[in-house]
Amino acid sequence: MKLPVNLSDFLREAGSLSLFVSRFVTELFHPRQEWRQFVRQCFVIGVQSFALIGITGFIMGLVLTMQLRPSLMSYGVEAQLPVMVGLAIVREIGPVITALIFAGKISSGIGAELGSMKVTEQIDAMEVSGTNPFRYLVVTRVLATTVMLPILTVLSDAISLYGSYLGVNIKGHTSLTLFFFQVFQTLTYSDVLPAMIKTLFFGFAIGIIGCYKGYNSQKGTEGVGKSANAAVVISSLLIFIIDLITVQITDLLGLN
Amino acid sequence: MDNNTSHIPTDPVIRISHLHKQFGSRVVLNDFSLDLRRGESMVVLGRSGSGKSVLIKCLIGLYMPDGGSITILGKDTSQLDHEGLDVMRAHVGFLFQSNALYDSMTVRENLEFPMRHHLKNISKEEANKRVMEALTNVGLAHTVDMMPSELSGGMQKRVALARTLILNPEIMLYDEPTTGLDPVTGKEISTLMTEIQRIYNTSSIIISHDMKCVERTADRIAVLIDGNCYALGTFDELQQSNDQNIKQFFE
Ligand SMILES: Nc1ncnc2c1ncn2[C@@H]1O[C@H](COP(=O)(O)OP(=O)(O)O)[C@@H](O)[C@H]1O
Ligand SMILES: [Mg+2]
Repeated sequence: MKLPVNLSDFLREAGSLSLFVSRFVTELFHPRQEWRQFVRQCFVIGVQSFALIGITGFIMGLVLTMQLRPSLMSYGVEAQLPVMVGLAIVREIGPVITALIFAGKISSGIGAELGSMKVTEQIDAMEVSGTNPFRYLVVTRVLATTVMLPILTVLSDAISLYGSYLGVNIKGHTSLTLFFFQVFQTLTYSDVLPAMIKTLFFGFAIGIIGCYKGYNSQKGTEGVGKSANAAVVISSLLIFIIDLITVQITDLLGLN
Repeated sequence: MDNNTSHIPTDPVIRISHLHKQFGSRVVLNDFSLDLRRGESMVVLGRSGSGKSVLIKCLIGLYMPDGGSITILGKDTSQLDHEGLDVMRAHVGFLFQSNALYDSMTVRENLEFPMRHHLKNISKEEANKRVMEALTNVGLAHTVDMMPSELSGGMQKRVALARTLILNPEIMLYDEPTTGLDPVTGKEISTLMTEIQRIYNTSSIIISHDMKCVERTADRIAVLIDGNCYALGTFDELQQSNDQNIKQFFE
């Protein structure tokens, strides 16, 4: 994917993305919405990404635990392993890894799907048959990614923690109840809430970038491929930028 | 019908006057004027990239003209609000060059799609009847539960045609209906188009550079060169022209 090389390209792209977002907001408040499509998209997106997110979450929890153990042992605080891993997963690793996997799977999928609908004139066909394609295709998908990513992140966190529990038990011993008791005893709202709120923004960014790139796809199959690719690159980048912004905000608000 | 009202049927169903359209600094249509009479099939001839698709997409409101006016069934399209545009579009069928079948839906769902807005309150039986009728008219009743990807190019074109017919349009716009099809299938499609013209009593604008299709379907031909209507006449008239710009299409 070619990133914008100069400032004017970048500004043009940012401008047209802003227009796209403001169109999204306008259409979102239209009284007639495609709720059936929205539910369908939630289902499709959930089914498409759940297995992948589950597996990566499990491995992350397990590996993180195994890697942290020696360091914690050398300080003699091995007992803190569940707490350390729990915090890392819930506050940062769970949301970001889930969002990145989601971006790779869903943002590119949306980019390619809408891109091919664009170049084969399916979007024009919807327009002339009286269905607003923006509400039918874009609003439903962006809402679906925004709603589904927090849910998937919670599931991923839970699976990660289970992976971590198994990791603890490789060389030590704890019961599942005790493990989760230790984790939840340390976690506070200020750990969980900002993490969940940022996943809403991650989900929104992933959906809107996928749709934006697909909707503005260039003619030809090459154009569709480029859209899918650009959607992943840009939404992944945005995930880190949003992550950076939220950490600054929570810091300012004294939520640490 | 008495003589006082006889001017109504002869009013053009589409009147394009002094249409201007440009993208950035690239002028695509420049002072293009054309009338489509009721019941007539008008072919627009032009080389690829000459702006034929832009022309018919302006008619249906997918592109906004930069100048001039378009009147469809007596209504100036630039004066229409969103609702008015939807109402106008219900009377105009558009066959896209790439068929534009929704590839995530079955043939039935594709045909039902235009009805979800325009015939919201129709019963299930009535909807099914319309779907089967349109499919039967294009000879593909048996494909109703198939996916578009399971169909050949010619069959996809027929299904796309059936989908545009579902609302019984008065006007049909065809964007290169035979391009990309083999000659035999192309001939079938152009024959089908003339049948549709008869069954549904439509007036049509057909974009094409397949001269076999043009000869079979055209009542009149408009030649689009440099963004305006360079010549207008019947197939025979234009075929006998000595103008090099026109001759090139008939070689
Ligand atoms: N959305 C658009 N943006 C910019 N230029 C366009 C757009 N659509 C068409 N054009 C330009 O208009 C010209 C005519 O295109 P088109 O009508 O598709 O040609 P054709 O006669 O082959 O159907 C082309 O040169 C194309 O580059
Ligand atoms: Mg064209």
